Amino acid sequence: MKANLEVLPRSLHLLLALAVVALAAFPFVGSDFYAGMVARMMILGIFAMSLDLLLGVTGLVSLGHAAFFGLAGYALAFVTPQGEPVSLWWSLPVAVAASALAALAIGFFVVRTRGIYFIMVTMAFAQMIFYLFFDNKALGGSDGIYVNFKPVVGGPIDLEDKRVFYYFTLAMLLLVYAFMRRLLWSPFGRVLAGIRINEHRMRAMGYGTFGYKLAAFTLAGALAGLAGYLWAAQTGFVNPELMGFHSSAHAIMMVILGGMGNFAGAIVGAFAFEWLLHWFKDLPTIGSFQMGKHWQLWMGLFIVLVVAFAPRGLLGVFARVAARKEPGHD
Amino acid sequence: MDIANFLIQLLNSVQYGLLLFMLAAGLTLIFGIMGVVNLAHGSFYMLGAYLAWSISSLSGSFTLAIVGGAILSVIFGLALERLLFRHFYDRDHLDQVLLTFGLIYIFEELRSILWGDDVHGVQIPDLLSASLPLTENLSYPVYRLFMSGVCVALALALYLLISKTRLGMKIRAGAFNRDMTEALGINIKRIHAVVFALGVALATVAGMVASPISSVYPNMGSQVLIMCFVVVVIGGIGSVRGALISALLVGLVDTFGKVLLPQVAGMLVYMLMAAVLLWKPEGLFKQ
Repeated sequence: MKANLEVLPRSLHLLLALAVVALAAFPFVGSDFYAGMVARMMILGIFAMSLDLLLGVTGLVSLGHAAFFGLAGYALAFVTPQGEPVSLWWSLPVAVAASALAALAIGFFVVRTRGIYFIMVTMAFAQMIFYLFFDNKALGGSDGIYVNFKPVVGGPIDLEDKRVFYYFTLAMLLLVYAFMRRLLWSPFGRVLAGIRINEHRMRAMGYGTFGYKLAAFTLAGALAGLAGYLWAAQTGFVNPELMGFHSSAHAIMMVILGGMGNFAGAIVGAFAFEWLLHWFKDLPTIGSFQMGKHWQLWMGLFIVLVVAFAPRGLLGVFARVAARKEPGHD
Repeated sequence: MDIANFLIQLLNSVQYGLLLFMLAAGLTLIFGIMGVVNLAHGSFYMLGAYLAWSISSLSGSFTLAIVGGAILSVIFGLALERLLFRHFYDRDHLDQVLLTFGLIYIFEELRSILWGDDVHGVQIPDLLSASLPLTENLSYPVYRLFMSGVCVALALALYLLISKTRLGMKIRAGAFNRDMTEALGINIKRIHAVVFALGVALATVAGMVASPISSVYPNMGSQVLIMCFVVVVIGGIGSVRGALISALLVGLVDTFGKVLLPQVAGMLVYMLMAAVLLWKPEGLFKQ
């Protein structure tokens, strides 16, 4: 598991480029409903990539990443006035900074733990933030808060237009992907990968791994915040569920499903997971048994099967097939 | 806060702490010996509560519910270990997290299909339904004392099992050095199965005993699971003694927090955890 698929095979590059073209063309082909769904998938793609920085690159299994996703969404809800929209130019930085700050503060505690402790402690801190919002009426309580207006960008870009919002999200997705790929091969990214493979050796080489891990945790939190901000803007609603432990586990599942450590997998996983979720919830009723109502059963079985039989995800399966066709690779 | 009130809160916090210990002990044993992170541990607690409700409402006997439920849970634990968990002892924590998360969904839906999504109450048996008067208008229910008694008895039995019996010796040896234990001719697989079933049984019994007070409702496992994580993290993973002390500590902080500082009560326990992590990142009683 330690050696991840960082270099994507050439055939996969081609496929990803085709996927981008398909995404760009989609609003002209698909219905409004599906375009909205794809926009949501792209937002979750950003969220999954941010988690992949911890999970796949640094080797930190965070089970509380949704906290930072939700926090930025709440930040947008708080700064948007009742009767008018808010400017994106300051509300986005504020929301992302809120998530980054929370990640920095929580990271300070959690990054000093390792392995199983890290999993439990990230989950516990996320739950703490969940209850902070869940229990306090002033913060929206268990009902959540509506975001009545989408943020204003200015110029010809009007995010209230569904198609414009779609392309804005697509641009963000590509931007974050390019940034992450660049980061992965930067000296900083190499240190993070080194920490995943052997943290003791990195320390022996003189790297202060605490600082690097804290930086990765904060950056991942900030990017999760970007995704959460977009989510709140798109759906117009935030509630504590966004930060709950199920959200965090779903994000892990997206990364695993696609294949971790290369960011492309995280996006593929986010799309596949959301599509499956939609599909399971839409299952027909057979006799008196409502298959769609019990979607958690199918999702649970699916997760168990993936973990048992394809722990390296869809891209892992694809790469195995591609490697067989491309002699000399691997 | 006067003496009687203080006493009631103290008894409540001890009772809550002991209940948490029953769950955390299984969690920490399963991790300490097999190295498995089990998110589905809360589901066993829920399973116990639902078993207690369905058996006691079918048969009318709470005693039968507890005994029958405990036997069923051991069988269930052994089957689950054999079919699924056994194959995940050597896998990454990440895989274990996902596997057991998938199991939460499966158990939750099976519960919904079998027993529905309603909230149910479990009748306190007549023998234990009295209350002890403390002052003129304050009293303490006998059933809560009974709960604490059951937990203390089980904690004691667990202690004796682990430190005084031959099986306990093998369990400790297996946790300390698995290969060496196996080389000495001890069937480590059987030890693992026993420990897993023991953990499942402790969690289900906790759910059964708690059901008359907490009532029985969907998703009742998740909340208690996260509290158990906090207990295990504070106590140190793998340490049963640590789990006992930290469960009592968490019970105290949570109960008195709700009375004295209701605004931040939900967060107090996590702050305690953060403080412990700063001081001892591996928990209070890391083995």
